[in-house]
Amino acid sequence: MNTLKQNLPSIDAIFPYIGTVLLILGGSYFFPQILGFDYLAQQLQIAAFLGFLALGATLVILLGHIDLSVPWVLGGAAIVSTSLVGSGNPALATLAIPAALIFGGLVGIINGVGVAILRIPSMVWTLAVNSMLLGVAVLNTGGFNPKGEASGTMIWLATGNLAGLPVAFMVWVGATGIIALLLKKSAFGRYLSSIGYNEKATFLSGVSTPSVIFAAFAIAGLCSALGGVMLAGYANQAYQSMGDPFLLPTIAAVVIGGTSILGGRGSLIGTVGGVLFITLLTSILSVMQMSDAWRNIIFGLIIIIMLLLQTLRRKGS
Amino acid sequence: MRNLLRINQREVIAILVLAVLLTLYLATHPTGPNTYVITIWANQCLILGLAAIAQFFAVIVRGIDLSVGAVMALTNCVASYLVIGSGFDMTLGIVVVLGVGIACGLVNGALVVFGRIQPIVATLATASLFVGLALLLRPTPGGQIDYDLADAFTLDVFGLPTALIIAAMVIGLFWVPLRRTGLGLGLYAVGSSEHAAFQSGMPVPVIRLSSFALGGLFAGLAGLYFSFVTTTGDAGIGPNYTLNSIAAVVLGGVALRGGVGTLTGALAGAFILKTIGSLMFFSGLPPLAQPFIEGLILASAIAIGGAGVLRVKNRLEVFGK
Amino acid sequence: MSRSEHPIVRLCGVSKTYGATHALSDVDFSCFGGEIHAVLGENGAGKSTLMKLVSGVIQPTSGSIEVDNTITRLKGPADAISRGLVCMFQELSLVPDLSVRENLMLGAVGSGLGRLDTGVVQRAQNTLAQIDGGGIGMRTRVADLTLAERQQVEIAKALTRDPKLLILDEATSALNASVVEKVFRLIREERDRGVGVLFISHRFHEIETLADRVSIFRNGTHVETFDNGAYDYGAIISKMVGQRIDDLFPAKPSTAPDAEEVLRLDGFGWANSLKDVSIVLRKGQITGLGGLDGQGQGDVLQGLFGLLKGTEGRCIVAGTPVSITHPKQAKNPKLGIALVPEDRKTEGLILDQSIARNLELAALGTDGINASDPAIYQPFLDALELKCDSLDQPVTELSGGNQQKVALTKWLALGPRCMLLADPTRGIDVKTKTQIYALLRRLADSGVAILLVSTDYEELIHLCDETHIFYQGRVARHLTGRDVTAEAIIGASLNIPSSAETSEVANA
Repeated sequence: MNTLKQNLPSIDAIFPYIGTVLLILGGSYFFPQILGFDYLAQQLQIAAFLGFLALGATLVILLGHIDLSVPWVLGGAAIVSTSLVGSGNPALATLAIPAALIFGGLVGIINGVGVAILRIPSMVWTLAVNSMLLGVAVLNTGGFNPKGEASGTMIWLATGNLAGLPVAFMVWVGATGIIALLLKKSAFGRYLSSIGYNEKATFLSGVSTPSVIFAAFAIAGLCSALGGVMLAGYANQAYQSMGDPFLLPTIAAVVIGGTSILGGRGSLIGTVGGVLFITLLTSILSVMQMSDAWRNIIFGLIIIIMLLLQTLRRKGS
Repeated sequence: MRNLLRINQREVIAILVLAVLLTLYLATHPTGPNTYVITIWANQCLILGLAAIAQFFAVIVRGIDLSVGAVMALTNCVASYLVIGSGFDMTLGIVVVLGVGIACGLVNGALVVFGRIQPIVATLATASLFVGLALLLRPTPGGQIDYDLADAFTLDVFGLPTALIIAAMVIGLFWVPLRRTGLGLGLYAVGSSEHAAFQSGMPVPVIRLSSFALGGLFAGLAGLYFSFVTTTGDAGIGPNYTLNSIAAVVLGGVALRGGVGTLTGALAGAFILKTIGSLMFFSGLPPLAQPFIEGLILASAIAIGGAGVLRVKNRLEVFGK
Repeated sequence: MSRSEHPIVRLCGVSKTYGATHALSDVDFSCFGGEIHAVLGENGAGKSTLMKLVSGVIQPTSGSIEVDNTITRLKGPADAISRGLVCMFQELSLVPDLSVRENLMLGAVGSGLGRLDTGVVQRAQNTLAQIDGGGIGMRTRVADLTLAERQQVEIAKALTRDPKLLILDEATSALNASVVEKVFRLIREERDRGVGVLFISHRFHEIETLADRVSIFRNGTHVETFDNGAYDYGAIISKMVGQRIDDLFPAKPSTAPDAEEVLRLDGFGWANSLKDVSIVLRKGQITGLGGLDGQGQGDVLQGLFGLLKGTEGRCIVAGTPVSITHPKQAKNPKLGIALVPEDRKTEGLILDQSIARNLELAALGTDGINASDPAIYQPFLDALELKCDSLDQPVTELSGGNQQKVALTKWLALGPRCMLLADPTRGIDVKTKTQIYALLRRLADSGVAILLVSTDYEELIHLCDETHIFYQGRVARHLTGRDVTAEAIIGASLNIPSSAETSEVANA
């Protein structure tokens, strides 16, 4: 039973797009080069890295949970892939990307077990998983930046261009499209937001809720791992705590995109907007050569304003 | 008495675990238990302890505060300018530092209560804001705290670490009296059932705001104490303390769903977390394995706490309220 | 002391609307001191809205409230309490994670956020002792109390607040008769001291014994206020319902005791809650489960739907022994079992989602059913006459009765072999009740086996073909045909041996 109303994106999802346009227009007043194709294409490429993480995080947040293991799934995947490539063995090198993805999926399932079976609050459990991953990484790399390098494929994925558009962006759009289709057309998507609203009622409707939770966390792990592979390709290396700066912008992008942190309500289209908005905001603040301090302050203030706008809109309707 | 034990079961377990860990730590420490060792340990514990108390005040009213570390960083940077000079200057400085903490808490509280933003998201945004302000004050670590004052708060009194005395005072002179007021009770009521608290005639918004203000005050105290220990200002200290403060309250038996747990438990949880770290340091394990084992212990402790759900006989019970 | 000269609270032309729903329209209503004033009405008549207005929980959309002859805006419960308007709510206002003692002190008059007043605890304990609650430990967590104990604590808590007007909203629903009697004595004492009492109850005889005056509400309007005893039951009921509904229950077809077995439970048991329960469900029959609250009836439904771990005994569905461990397995057409749970707001429906989404949730992922086909829901929605703007409307905007229609249709669309229903008509208006009864009978006629837990013995008598009465986890009596009478049901619920058995015992 699909009706017109269900197929339209909610107003919350449109907010970040309006914000993005305002940023571009406002920014171009001071720096005309912002309107240039090169600059915008580069932003799309950079947005893709955050985009993968936010894609997975949206599923988990729709479920009413949160995944704080993003930083070290990303870091771990980068280490796994670059070490395999750096081993010098071509057979292992071809396994770099699949191995990193499997790693991400497995960590996702561990997250899911704690949340769905042991019923530990996801905020705590994924935090613990994150610190264990950090431990494993330190143990393996000796606390230094791991040796290794990115493969050609990884570099191409992260920095290549195809028909003038960044490959990373296209892969991101592709992945988002596939998952959007999954959410729209499969029971899984429906279960996800039902669990986010009311897990008990969903279970009582004869839904195997633990499987849905596993799947969501596994996909989130995959997405974070893909983000790690891309970033490793971009930097041509993995480095300690490369994922840390991404955790909070990921959550911010999802929430600004109109997905409720309490679960249930939200959309991928909004998340894409949120990612574009945050990427552009960060970029413009750095183009303006703001100090770190002012970048943080303005970033925080703008997110607060976006959130307050959401509240205002809801009060109005 | 048994009833009392049962109600405070989580705290009792946390304190017992802490006692065992501390004994182990002192027994394995190469120089044995002496005032110096205990003082260093207690200072580290108290910083996280105060941060955990800040987190406790957010969690008890069914919130979460991702800005604890940021408020610490900001107050630490403020302190590095103001807590120096004459006795009057320093007193005023400390008042300002704590005032900044409370103000940060009130900003969080206002966004949650009046802006109707979920605490986790609101504090995520304000964390960025507060760190920015801290960076504005101290783009690079620097500044200074009065050494004599810092020593007075971080050494010992007749062999007893000052940090432990402060912890005891927080419990005895702040928490116990607070628990006997309508506000202390209201914190639990709002966290456990906002609806029931409202219908009982409690001013829910005021209580929530106060809770965030108290959280800000303790984050400020944590930043101030951090300043005494390091005698310098650094805007980058935040992130670790935020996440560890969450882990600490959970270890201390404070339920993330709100309404359950005590300040004493949060403090004990922080002490446990720090003691595990210190224990690792002298345990003879390969140093590189320590972060992993720390993480493993944290995860197992939490998983064991969650294992109870496997015993429920009715599958609906796992969903809670 | 008799009725006060001026009303304590007076509502003048008060209306309260929620979106498009009129909860109260243009109500004039007064209550006086020294008088017990009962408010009667069906669910949805506006009684609870009235209580919430008087106790400051909500503010009127239009109209004014006078307290002691002065127009007053009650800013919140705290404001109302400080003016002596104290309410004991139906949804209990106790905080589950706090102890009884702490709950009594919470929001006590005069303490606010400052120092707590421990004096109220002593006073509350004295009150509790008078209503058989002396054994309630002051340091026990409220979450660990029984419902009855919580109600006793609520009553004591309300009385410590020195009410001028005491509002009791279904205050005694979980208490047994002897405690209720003691509570009534207490309430009469309060009245005699000049306190006004506003009393809501569904138990007619309670109102008859307690009330001085009675007000009737219907569909959000104040119908009439009269002295207790002015009308008989029949007249009062027709005032409540508006029109007479004669055929509440559909006609029962003649029973077919050897119809095909759909489901059989043999020696079913679970933990300490269910012992040796044997039940047979047959095609075309409505089987009732009755008894006092919490005697194991609900557990039988949960067990059949795969919610209980470690059940004993055998369960046979359509001739095959099965072990049901998950709702997903139960709803599979191979078993075809559906459960409409007791609490539709938290278990049966997802209130924030649209009607369409809710309808599809059970059908999704069920073999051989196309969940997105509206045609599988429409016949049931039509039969039940669901009232809604569109299927995109969130369920939370519907009235209780319409919500229950959605909760039922969601499962009926699967074409189950066996429907398990947990008190499906609780808190629902009479018209919806008749629609649900008629539909259940039609389903039964079409071959579905129905197992119905009910707290309303009228349903057990007039709707069900046979009834099992539970007592302490066992089937105390299995009643069929003409044996299903109010006396037999009540007797078995209290585990009093039936007259036939008593005489046998006497003869032996």
